[in-house]
Amino acid sequence: MIHDFGIVWSERALLLSGLANTAILSAISAVAALLLGFALTPALMSKRRAVAWTVRGFVDGMRCVPFLLFAYIVYYGFPSFGVRLDNWTSGLLALTIYNAAYMAEILRGAWAAQPREPIEAGKAFGFSDVRLFRRLILPPLLLSAGPVIGNQIIQIVKDSAFLTIIALPELTHAASSIQSRHYVPFAAFITAVFLYWGLCLIIEAGVSSVGRVADARR
Amino acid sequence: MTAGDVLAILQGAVMTVTLSLIGILIGLPCGLGLALLRWANVPVAAKVVAVYVSVLRATPLVTLLLLLFFALPNIGIPINPVSAAILALVMNTSAFNCEVWRAALVNFPKDQYEAAQSVGMTAGLRFRRIVLPQIVRVSLSGLVNEMSLLIKVTPVLAVVGVVDITRAAVRIGAETYEPLPPFLVAVALYAPIVFLLVSVQRWIERRQTIAEAVA
Repeated sequence: MIHDFGIVWSERALLLSGLANTAILSAISAVAALLLGFALTPALMSKRRAVAWTVRGFVDGMRCVPFLLFAYIVYYGFPSFGVRLDNWTSGLLALTIYNAAYMAEILRGAWAAQPREPIEAGKAFGFSDVRLFRRLILPPLLLSAGPVIGNQIIQIVKDSAFLTIIALPELTHAASSIQSRHYVPFAAFITAVFLYWGLCLIIEAGVSSVGRVADARR
Repeated sequence: MTAGDVLAILQGAVMTVTLSLIGILIGLPCGLGLALLRWANVPVAAKVVAVYVSVLRATPLVTLLLLLFFALPNIGIPINPVSAAILALVMNTSAFNCEVWRAALVNFPKDQYEAAQSVGMTAGLRFRRIVLPQIVRVSLSGLVNEMSLLIKVTPVLAVVGVVDITRAAVRIGAETYEPLPPFLVAVALYAPIVFLLVSVQRWIERRQTIAEAVA
């Protein structure tokens, strides 16, 4: 058993590059999904029926489709329309679009729960729309939605593991190739599991430290 | 894609639904058991459960599944794809269910429990008559949410060779060189099931808000 972990240790470069790819993949798509979610949220609450319904359809649709099937459709399905994407692009695209729908829904919920008074006061004070958003809407929104956004980022990390099926060299893929090369399944995958755990603990710690900073400033 | 192909995907759907149901049915009581261990603060076991839940919640189902499927035979426990799939689903969902149950247990009003104690109910009776009916009501929407999450990760089971919706779709896509149609059929099968669960969850939440407003 110790010997197996020795083999994994000797392949640490592969495993660490997998970990780095998982982290990069998750970070890029988390930021992109959050930004896209922010763009979708006002549309979700739009007074124009057609806009609100279209976006609602997209958000609810994404929430009903398994991520793995969505990734398959982006990777294998797009070439049918003549759009050829490599596995990195389609992986990032799938992660971002899919999670943007969840982010939009999270932000809408948090937005709807915000007290109206500060915003009305800001309007009465003559804040422009942009300043109103930046100074009065955004900060409390991010703070109240923070923990849920953190959970969704953990979900993104876990979803990124599914991209192993389109041969993206992330952490699970690295563990798989170590196991198939040396036949050390337990050592290879348990190491991957603990690396995922570490990644999620870091995200949780980050979210709670943001919350603490916010509490201190209040 | 022929009618026979659609039929093959439908057969896969039977497998997907069966595995999901088994996972849900075993995962619910397992989660409750784990939550009780933590709630009752059983020495050592409570700590072990806390770590188990933390690790399992961070582990992608693919990684867990590959670990079980390849590592168990390695230590002398033979396992076929279907049992590996069920084991992975149960381990994964019971960790999430544990958190839902535990939240309900932690918020359970202590005075009711003490009242039950003072009329001389045994621990088993207290749990069955007083605690369980109320925490089921509180946890329901969270548990249904977890069920829809479980169904959404089931396509992963195809990775170890379970012939479910996804594996059928992949195979047909590879045979016909047209992967899009079978995947769209697969999505068309998944979406209504998940939508149904999401609707049930919203309905439960609405009913609870109304009940709270009345009370």
